[in-house]
Amino acid sequence: MKILINVYGAPYSSSACVSALNYAEAAIDSGHEILRVFFYHDGVYAANALASPPQDEMNLTLRWQKLALDHNLDMVACIASCLRRGIVDKTEAERYGKSAHNISDGFQISGLGQMIDATINADRVMTFGD
Amino acid sequence: MSDILFVFSQPPHGRINAQEGFDALLMGSAFAECAVLFIGEGVLQLVNHQQPEAQGFKNYTLGFSALKDYGVSRIACSQSALNHYGLVEDDLIIPVETLDADCQRQWLSDFKKVLTF
Repeated sequence: MKILINVYGAPYSSSACVSALNYAEAAIDSGHEILRVFFYHDGVYAANALASPPQDEMNLTLRWQKLALDHNLDMVACIASCLRRGIVDKTEAERYGKSAHNISDGFQISGLGQMIDATINADRVMTFGD
Repeated sequence: MSDILFVFSQPPHGRINAQEGFDALLMGSAFAECAVLFIGEGVLQLVNHQQPEAQGFKNYTLGFSALKDYGVSRIACSQSALNHYGLVEDDLIIPVETLDADCQRQWLSDFKKVLTF
């Protein structure tokens, strides 16, 4: 089954992000295909390379990165949500004259069309967070 | 063409989720046949004459009147949610179909894809 996973909740603030991650791992283990993971609303904070949680707590950004690397996941953070919240890649940093960029490896910044496209093409849409 | 039902259950302005949900609906309407259903606190988005600018928020609900131009013609809301908030049709920014609980269930089962905001 082809699955789109939408993540709306910020990492650490709620269980949405880690629940989505656990679901993605379980779906892959069960032989399903993750068509895309789309980060929207506060969910885009998962792509922040500057997040540094305490060492005895989970690092959600690293866990997503590892999952993406191991299974060639397409992880997209919504550009409008990112720009509002200060998550930028090199291109956007240059476009808006920012001194730094902070998107984590493994995440791409792209438009809402990516969510709609995957919604149309997926067999199932799973949304985490509200 | 694929059908997508957008369910709006969040109140306007207090959080940005409702506004970002509306953005997703507009994007969806470019690629799919989209319908929208307002339930629970989501019906508060439909209230006319909102002035969120005073709180520093953009009044994105003005965009609802453009939904027809985006090809979104099926717009409905929960009758019980309207009742809960003491709202009548004249209070709403656009005309909507009002649905009882059975009709809402029917809408939800009619669409294969549902995005909730």
